[in-house]
Amino acid sequence: MAQTTTSTPAAGGIDLNIGKILLEGRAFFALVAIVITFSFLSPVYFSGSNFLTMSSHVAIFGLLAIGMLLVILNGGIDLSVGSTLGLSGVVAGYLMQGVEIPSSGVILYPPVWAVVVLTIALGAFVGAVNGVLIAFFRVPAFVATLGMLYVARGVALLMTNGLTYNNLGGTEALGNTGFDWLGFNRIAGVPIGVIVLAVVALIIGLVLMRTAFGRWLYASGGNERAAELSGVPTRGVKVSVYVLSGVCAAIAGLVLSSQLTSAGPTAGTTYELTAIAAVVIGGAALTGGRGNVRGTMLGAFVIGFLSDGLVIIGVSAYWQTVFTGAVIVLAVLLNSLQYGRSGR
Amino acid sequence: MTALQTITPETFTADEVVMSARDVAKFYGPLQALKGVNFDIHRGQVTTLFGENGAGKSTLMKILSGIIAPTSGDILLDDEPVRFHGANHALAHGISIIHQELALAGNLNVRDNIFMGREIRTATGVNFAEEERITRSLMEELEEDIDPLTPVEELRLGQQQIVEIARALQAKSRILIMDEPTSALSSSEVEVLFKVINDLTAKGVSIVYISHHLEEALEITDHAVVLRDGEMTAWAPRAEIDIEWIVRNMVGENFNLGARPNSKMGAPALTIENLCVPDASGNGLVVDHINLSVRSGEIVCIYGLMGAGRTEMMECAAGRLKAQSGTVKLHTQDVSNLSISERINAGLVLVPEDRQRDGLVQTMTVGQNLSLSSIAAFTRGLFTSRKVESKVIEDSIREVTVKTESGATMIGALSGGNQQKVVIGKMLATQPEVILLDEPSRGIDIGAKAEVFKLLASTAEKRGLAVLYSTSEVGECLSIAHRIIVMNRGRIAAEFDHTATKEQIMAASGEAVHH
Repeated sequence: MAQTTTSTPAAGGIDLNIGKILLEGRAFFALVAIVITFSFLSPVYFSGSNFLTMSSHVAIFGLLAIGMLLVILNGGIDLSVGSTLGLSGVVAGYLMQGVEIPSSGVILYPPVWAVVVLTIALGAFVGAVNGVLIAFFRVPAFVATLGMLYVARGVALLMTNGLTYNNLGGTEALGNTGFDWLGFNRIAGVPIGVIVLAVVALIIGLVLMRTAFGRWLYASGGNERAAELSGVPTRGVKVSVYVLSGVCAAIAGLVLSSQLTSAGPTAGTTYELTAIAAVVIGGAALTGGRGNVRGTMLGAFVIGFLSDGLVIIGVSAYWQTVFTGAVIVLAVLLNSLQYGRSGR
Repeated sequence: MTALQTITPETFTADEVVMSARDVAKFYGPLQALKGVNFDIHRGQVTTLFGENGAGKSTLMKILSGIIAPTSGDILLDDEPVRFHGANHALAHGISIIHQELALAGNLNVRDNIFMGREIRTATGVNFAEEERITRSLMEELEEDIDPLTPVEELRLGQQQIVEIARALQAKSRILIMDEPTSALSSSEVEVLFKVINDLTAKGVSIVYISHHLEEALEITDHAVVLRDGEMTAWAPRAEIDIEWIVRNMVGENFNLGARPNSKMGAPALTIENLCVPDASGNGLVVDHINLSVRSGEIVCIYGLMGAGRTEMMECAAGRLKAQSGTVKLHTQDVSNLSISERINAGLVLVPEDRQRDGLVQTMTVGQNLSLSSIAAFTRGLFTSRKVESKVIEDSIREVTVKTESGATMIGALSGGNQQKVVIGKMLATQPEVILLDEPSRGIDIGAKAEVFKLLASTAEKRGLAVLYSTSEVGECLSIAHRIIVMNRGRIAAEFDHTATKEQIMAASGEAVHH
């Protein structure tokens, strides 16, 4: 189908349009195909409760992918999000266990909202370090965030000595219960994690489409020199996207550790790659300037629904890896067809 | 010509035609870069292409050297039509080219650059000793004391040019195309190059030469081909021509690029005082104590050759480059320490020289490009207003007369002239007081040029905008400008009012002067 649109543009109008629609809506059609296929293969796949369960898995990747989308729109890459997710979970777990103040011997138990705010602030800080290194010290994004991948993971391991914080439920008497609300509660049957994802996606979507910042981001990702000469504060935009990516990773870390009611230092290992895959499947160009939240969400659901479907029908985990890889390469192949040479 | 005795000149007659162009035309999309060019290259002679920037010289050279294929017409090699499939194919036919932009790998040494892609291979690898020996003898021939093992990036620009020339010589081509080979050379190096050219032609090698230095080129050429706006305006042997003839054919009669507006001039809107900008190496100055001012409603043209410092001066005034010293004032406000966006808000904008690299965001639509610098004008609270934005875009499209289906068209679908209008429109939408335009006519056809200049003239008249534009085409100085400032090597060489002649302006720029 893709060939129809690129190699024979003069071919009949209807064929061309179908090819074009299939190509441009590929993430959506892929998702539909995945749902249909697995519904045939397994009787339990097509049900509301299974979709909600799968969606709460998607929420983690989806949150990371939205942050990643912003970075990729800017023409960068953020390899540190998986580690930031792990570190955020560990810090949240540490705070829930109570903070002992050494001088007075008092143990403080911060309320859950304070834990959430502090964890998100940590994510923002990690992102800000990335952003400043990249925008002001001109460290390549790949290298700066690769370094942060190791540092954040290392800090998480140091904090826990390699162990896991297990009891995040809090105690009524200490007034810090409710951490598991994020992961377990539902509003109108929908898991909170999914709602968080939806809200973040809506906000970021609105920011991209309807604010000056969104326009600046697309412009500086498309052509940074031209954007700068047009008066766009390109460095500020760059730092902001890494901060937002860090915040998204921290939120994902909170949701994950809440879902598990435990926080391990190795949580989120290699999740950055899944996030990149979701963004790419969603049609964004790694060169920057092209992509949107809708596509990225579809990409995240394609990956999530595919891998959960494979689990449900009992395909081995090794095959899942093979399938996911094939989907990613296919997506990039189609991206290069859509953007042609100019996309490079 | 002592060198001649060591070689055995093949016998050939000077009239022998080795290569000719027949009705060669080239389109880039809708833009016609070459319109039916006809000329011959004679064996053992120098044929020089003259023409202003954008006249089609580079396109013609790329066709001759096989880098691009003509849209129509034929290239005849020994009277046989040939179609080159890329530069290597042309090289196999004995045609090589020395590019104006150096095509060297800076990290490799001189020897490896000269033999790049055509290494002397042996069963066990590359015969570096033999390559080094040949490189050494080439350097001797060019009278240049360069060690073959020096990395190219450590050489100064002129020496790099020599390496590029040596590389073309090593290929032992029978047709050698040289695009501005002397632009970075000192006068003694130019003399050596001319001696080498004479040796080569004596051996029967034909040279196609391009230079902006008219006198210099006249010194060695045997034939002159003059191009203007893609058309070949003249072709004559050396005996029949002089500088005046070349200039006349290069520049042509004044095409109507618009007239000077009768604007009411106000106080100086832009004042540049003692501006200095360091060059890339940090040792010299590319902008050297420039003083100038432009009044509201006034149009000032800056004329100069490549490397005269026009671009750096404008980029510094707009905030892209840091000044070493000096001030930039907008009316009475000193804007020297403001950022680019603060200067735009204050009313000082720049339309950059390289549209693709610095002007446009290719991933966005016409409308998004047009509104990029004036987002604040259609932001209500946190969010942008689509309604107001589309009005801003429509007004812009109408004001600068962009030919586009709608604002939602991708910017890449537009012709060069219309893309340029979008870049100008983007800046005019910020309601500036001063607009700087660096080569606004670069790479657009004559019709679009006229439209761009008329737009500038009418905006200066209606809005009292102060306009400062640069050009390297002398015909464009005398169209809409009230004053002409000539820059040469970072300094202001001369200043004229609109009654100046082309010859005066060109003489002041260092072009076509004594050698």
